[in-house]
Amino acid sequence: MRVAVVLPGPADFEAWRRIARGLRAADVPPDQVAWHLAGEGPGLFGDDPPAPARAARFAVPRAFLALAETVIRHHHPERFALLYALLWRVTGDAPRLLDNPAEPLVARARAMASAVRRDAHKMHAFLRFRAVETPDGVRHIAWFEPDHHIERAEAGFFVRRFAQLRWTIVTPRVTLVWDGQTVQAGPGGRKSDLPPEDAMEPLWRAYYGAICNPARLKPGAMRAEMPRKYWRNLPETAEIPRLMAEAPARVRRMAEEAGAAPRHTPQRRPGHEPPPEA
Amino acid sequence: METRRKLEILADAAKYDASCASSGGTRRDSRSGGLGSTTGSGICHAYTPDGRCISLLKILLTNACQFDCAYCVNRASSNTPRARFTVAEVVDLTLGFYRRNAIEGLFLSSGIIRSPDYTMEQLVRVARALREDHGFRGYIHLKTIPDAAPELVAEAGRHADRLSINVELPLAASLKRLAPEKDAARIDGAMAALSEGIAAARDAARTARRARPPRFAPAGQSTQMIVGADPADDAAILGTATRLYGKHRLKRVYYSAYSPIPHASAMLPPVAPPLVREHRLYQADWLLRFYGFTAEEVLAGGEAGMLDLALDPKTAWALKHRGQFPLDPNAAPREALLRVPGLGVKSVERIMAARRHGPIRSADLARLGVPMGRALPFLLLPDHRPRTLEGAHLRAALLPATAFARAAAPAQLSLF
Repeated sequence: MRVAVVLPGPADFEAWRRIARGLRAADVPPDQVAWHLAGEGPGLFGDDPPAPARAARFAVPRAFLALAETVIRHHHPERFALLYALLWRVTGDAPRLLDNPAEPLVARARAMASAVRRDAHKMHAFLRFRAVETPDGVRHIAWFEPDHHIERAEAGFFVRRFAQLRWTIVTPRVTLVWDGQTVQAGPGGRKSDLPPEDAMEPLWRAYYGAICNPARLKPGAMRAEMPRKYWRNLPETAEIPRLMAEAPARVRRMAEEAGAAPRHTPQRRPGHEPPPEA
Repeated sequence: METRRKLEILADAAKYDASCASSGGTRRDSRSGGLGSTTGSGICHAYTPDGRCISLLKILLTNACQFDCAYCVNRASSNTPRARFTVAEVVDLTLGFYRRNAIEGLFLSSGIIRSPDYTMEQLVRVARALREDHGFRGYIHLKTIPDAAPELVAEAGRHADRLSINVELPLAASLKRLAPEKDAARIDGAMAALSEGIAAARDAARTARRARPPRFAPAGQSTQMIVGADPADDAAILGTATRLYGKHRLKRVYYSAYSPIPHASAMLPPVAPPLVREHRLYQADWLLRFYGFTAEEVLAGGEAGMLDLALDPKTAWALKHRGQFPLDPNAAPREALLRVPGLGVKSVERIMAARRHGPIRSADLARLGVPMGRALPFLLLPDHRPRTLEGAHLRAALLPATAFARAAAPAQLSLF
């Protein structure tokens, strides 16, 4: 008997786990389950899971739960079925399946988990806050567009790092608001929710331009780590075309100036370094 | 002078130091107060067109300097514009960028002004203000001034996650010629003192019963060698690196291709920086630290004390040791698999795990993420036997496709 199930949210691990347990206990094989998301599926609730064929007691390896919790954040619609197929195997004929990274199902799930982890790492790296004055004091606000459903899971990183600040992270699907005590998750927003550039941003762009060495350009290496899709939300990347365009002339100037008569070593005389307010 | 202009001058002055790691050290966060966290693995917040990452705010406190090191843009006789930050300016920039999630912390260095003690004291004041006045829990890397008083170095180590002293050049004779005020023996002594301090603090932390002993640079020390400014060959460079890893237990040795600088010294004619050589040295360094190679073995892949520029050092080594291949990944020990071109530490782990479940065939290897083009010529599988390991065509087949591919290779590799 084919069963259609409906999940309440795109990365709701607890809901998936509850439904998957019920299906497994009722011995519904993976090819008999159609997974849907609320609002995208056939109805609001789907079918009732069939009655359990036996007492719902089966051991799920801890490693499976850890993997599944990450994989469920992946955007691919296949993830719910893939995880259920894995669950079916590790609670059935192949309890050691996850130990074999060459097994196609495992390789697929692991690749999805690394894509999710990479997305989280890029969120930690490339999300930028802007400070804005509000009636309740300074609030830091960021706009970020993750590939996967990682917003809620990654809130903890920003809480640990910025616990004493008040911040808001807006993404197309979720808005996270930290008030110093808890993170409230609400509906997503738009890039226009981001306040205008603050006083630090021109300084940050100046630093980005100054720390780049024009004599050793490797734009391919830059793009490998910071793909173009992130550029539109990073303030400093606006400097890239200028830095690339100016580099050849700056290197030529270095060559022309090389070996020019040194100045009369004023730095050597004690007390002649520039004063603090120079 | 405006803060912005100072920032431009003092970041420009700091960019020839390749180090930017924010990894290692203790994990901490700001849930009980203060600002910031460290995760242990570091985060690269941006990449510049030179392919390098920005993890830390990397600046000098001042680029005024009494020393006249020929390779340095900040040497006393250079016409470069000079500036000096106040302690408050560095603190405000660090906290301001940190709150915007643009950096992991601060990497602060300085030109030598007045005296080594005075200069070190200025660096320590910044770190102290960040830690004690602002509860800053992000990453701090301080450059240590050789010859600074031990109590200043001890305080630097209390505040900083990492300390570093640059050996600058692979040969003591080159240092004497190009950096007359520096002394290889004094630098070595200062590195030894850091190494002892780091080990002592680690031991004390391990055996402490009640009061926590003072911290001392829990993320260890690193150093940098400039490549291409003196006649040292790769054997001399890797020999010095091996000695530093062994003797002073360094976390990292950075290799920095000597790059044309504004107002360069006539002692160093301007040439394009040897970026491919720098890249090969990083790859060789990785083989020394994580793949069980000795410096002699890595160098055996090249000729006359220089690495092969056209091929990665592991492939170059394998081509000169073809008798040890092909290897059967279903049977070979871990140490042997680590020597197969294209197999990284992680793919070797996966192979070891997968082969317990049954024989590995080529489709399995592809699923494990192995770059087949590079690895297959050296591997024997149930469904694959390399055609021949003899002749020159194998080298030609393994050369990267284009000059662009070689030039675009990242300067710093990640472990996995």
